[in-house]
Amino acid sequence: MSTLEVSPAEPLSANAGRSVVNDFSLQVATVNGSGSQTANTVLMRAIFQMGIPVSGKNMFPSNIAGLPTWFTIRASKHGYIGRRKEIDFLVAMNPETAREDVMKLDAGAAVVYDEPLKLNELRTDLHFYPVPFDKLVAPVCPDAKLRKLVRNMIYDGVVAWLLSIEMDEVRRALVKQFGKRKAKAAELNWGAAQAGFDYASRTLTKTDACRVERMSATAGKIIIDGNAACALGAMFAGVTVVTWYPITPSSSLVETLIGYMRRFRVDPETGKATYAIVQAEDELASIGMALGAGWAGARSMTASAGPGISLMSEFIGLGYYAEVPAVIFDVERVGPSTGLPTRTQQGDLLTTAILSHGDTKHPMFFPCSMEECFSMTIEAFDFAERFQTPVFVMTDLDLGMNNWMAEPFAYPEKPINRGKVLTAEDLDKLGGFSRYLDVDGDGVGYRTLPGTNHAKASYFTRGSGHNEHAQYTEREDDYINNMDRLAHKFEVMRSHVPEPAQQTRADARIGMIAIGSSDYAARESCDQLQAEYGIATDYLRLRGYPFPPLLEEFLRGHERVYVIDQNRDGQLLMLMRMELEPELIARLRSVRYYGGLPIDARTVTDDVVKQEGK
Amino acid sequence: MSTAAAPPPKKTNRIGLEVLSYKGSRTTLCAGCGHNAVSERVVECFYELGVQPWQVAKFSGIGCSSKSPAYFLGLSHGFNGVHGRMPAIATGAILANSSLLGLGVTGDGDTASIGLGQFMHLVRRNMPMIYIIEDNGVYGLTKGQFSATADLGSTLKTGTPNDLPPFDCCALALKWGATFVARSFSGDKRQLQAILKTAISHRGLSVIDVISPCTTFNDHQGSTKSYSYMKDHDLVLHELDYVPFREDIAVEIPEGEVMDVPLHDGSHLRIRKLGRDFDPTNRLAALAAIEDAETKGEVLTGVLYVNTGKPTFLELLNLASEPIATLPESRVRPSRAALEEVMEELR
Repeated sequence: MSTLEVSPAEPLSANAGRSVVNDFSLQVATVNGSGSQTANTVLMRAIFQMGIPVSGKNMFPSNIAGLPTWFTIRASKHGYIGRRKEIDFLVAMNPETAREDVMKLDAGAAVVYDEPLKLNELRTDLHFYPVPFDKLVAPVCPDAKLRKLVRNMIYDGVVAWLLSIEMDEVRRALVKQFGKRKAKAAELNWGAAQAGFDYASRTLTKTDACRVERMSATAGKIIIDGNAACALGAMFAGVTVVTWYPITPSSSLVETLIGYMRRFRVDPETGKATYAIVQAEDELASIGMALGAGWAGARSMTASAGPGISLMSEFIGLGYYAEVPAVIFDVERVGPSTGLPTRTQQGDLLTTAILSHGDTKHPMFFPCSMEECFSMTIEAFDFAERFQTPVFVMTDLDLGMNNWMAEPFAYPEKPINRGKVLTAEDLDKLGGFSRYLDVDGDGVGYRTLPGTNHAKASYFTRGSGHNEHAQYTEREDDYINNMDRLAHKFEVMRSHVPEPAQQTRADARIGMIAIGSSDYAARESCDQLQAEYGIATDYLRLRGYPFPPLLEEFLRGHERVYVIDQNRDGQLLMLMRMELEPELIARLRSVRYYGGLPIDARTVTDDVVKQEGK
Repeated sequence: MSTAAAPPPKKTNRIGLEVLSYKGSRTTLCAGCGHNAVSERVVECFYELGVQPWQVAKFSGIGCSSKSPAYFLGLSHGFNGVHGRMPAIATGAILANSSLLGLGVTGDGDTASIGLGQFMHLVRRNMPMIYIIEDNGVYGLTKGQFSATADLGSTLKTGTPNDLPPFDCCALALKWGATFVARSFSGDKRQLQAILKTAISHRGLSVIDVISPCTTFNDHQGSTKSYSYMKDHDLVLHELDYVPFREDIAVEIPEGEVMDVPLHDGSHLRIRKLGRDFDPTNRLAALAAIEDAETKGEVLTGVLYVNTGKPTFLELLNLASEPIATLPESRVRPSRAALEEVMEELR
């Protein structure tokens, strides 16, 4: 991670004539089920294609049609792609929320709105652009039934004119979005976009400051969501058994995987699948199948979210105790209970770390980007087999379901590592084996797979007490030996989980720690702290649990360390408290955001500044 | 001291293994427990058919029944999982390695209560494996509570009557898609052997409900799952013979008396009528017969249903014929070009 270019945030001026180039947030407020997703994706893509760093965040309801949805596009010449709280440009399409949406804006923001809503009467300190959507859509979409879906594309054209987005790029994005098979739909939508553009250019006068200018910061990059990136990672990790139960926000992970596996993992010679994907009856069954498959030697996985992970708890304890590999994706959403199923949070850290009854602990990986969703998924499969235990890949709705730009994924160069598995030939040489004997000192025993053609291959796997030879036991010393070995294995993992990423600044006395999707807000906040307050802040991004030794080193090097949590109780900080000595715990400070939206830099900065007494 | 005569050559099966190779560790279940008889039948059948023990994978849940896989086929891998969830573990393992012969052993608590959902979905998928229910109508390991297969009006050892109707696991299996459904009695050695051997040859889900009395908690007067109750109420449907494919079937059998069901590996199940007409390829008739027996307080045993034509879950998934778990990297990691193709689509 390189040190970022540091620049102060530029407050948007209410004065016309001033220009804010490639540095704004645009929010589209619509009703879900109205086809706005296409219009929004096209808009985001067009900006991306003009070489400008961009991110798109969809805030949608847990509902199929008729409830409010907001899509926020952030363009940032500095490459900040985390959420920005302030909206500079609003497209108000939803009569239900229009009033509140407008009232929340900072002075100087711009509003494109449906003319009959008369939003311009609400405030005098905003730039208003009325658009008669119904009048414009009728001539370009003769089929009245389709108008609801095409109508949204008109604002793409209006916004393109207002922000100087090139219409050629809008068209390219549209064609890409609809694909070759839906050329007719693409043409219809293109007509609507053009109508919007023409109307704006003829009728509107640009008075706000936001606009885009071509850059070259996105050349060669891709746009993808984290669920798709994890799916690709799983496929290139060589996953063979995938089990799942639908749950927001993880469903699209496996659904995307199904599409890719059909294309790339059906043997061209035999026409047979080199994988099995099963939609199970519930999460208990999906984790059970994943463990059964892992036990039998498959690279197995399941994907879920909080409620599903809670259901898996008993089986995860079996996986831990019987030492069975599997990879579990937890695409976190807002809890507790059903919570807010379509909002984001990092709220499963504590429960997942020690999921299940008795003394259990589980490794977790924390990818923060699309590239890491891909590469760390591959690492997780190796790790699960290396350590013969369930591994959690912790992402969240923000990473999983939003579109992100990324570097094209690097092909995995390391060969697949299947861990300590004895073959019939090995058994011939060894004359036998003890399943849970710590031969190598790393706490990991050797295993055999069922079906191994050897009379000495079998062992009995159980979730009840067992000794080194996998025999049933209730003896005190056997139990303690086994549990101590498992604890030792966990300690060994510390130096094998993905290494943290660090960003240092000269003379930094305080530090910041974050995981996963908090990274964007954390890095931007470090820049804000430096530029606006002169507070130099070092940054450590943890990428795996159990926390590696570098955590302690980082804490020793700083007077105070702010731990960023996207949950109410400071779960990341609590995990640290569980294992640190009091002197280091005393250095920890907590910054928490848990409203369900992706955390933003300003929230972090304001909190740190307050705690620093500035 | 006289020189001992050379010991007689040890008896082995067709793959050269002694019966000892099919045994497990010593049982820790109660003396007289029906489950021990089931374990003995497993040992005999797998030995007699010459199944490679290391091609078998044993699965179980939690309970007395689920302990028993430790007491047979010691050379097979076994997985004693969590209560009621054996079907999930077995499904995952067999998907990973379709060459495994899956043998699941559960009880009525596992199958009819906590694991009813998993059982039903296993049935629905026609997962190719053997699923034995050691059915005693009672929770033994927790000392004698009713299970969901306990008959209406039957009593606990304390005299407490059961006021809920039972699930009939065979009826459930029949209704939702199992392709071999049988009921037997742990005390009927010959019948259970024929059924088990047929299940080994069958491709698809074999559900075998074995009434297996619990001598400690459910072998009393008010029980309908006791040895004496079964002695009086076991209505044997037919006489069964399993004819391995290696035996030449030379003798012609007069039509009408005997029905021959060809199995997937070339073996046959020979069914000899006993008094009544019963066609085990007719699912509806089987359901009716179960219903009829229930109203008469009889326990119908024998092969209730066999269907060798329905595709298994592995066939539905179009799964590669070799175990997918151990396919080489070249077959499970798509090429560099494949990744580049996907990246180009996302640009």
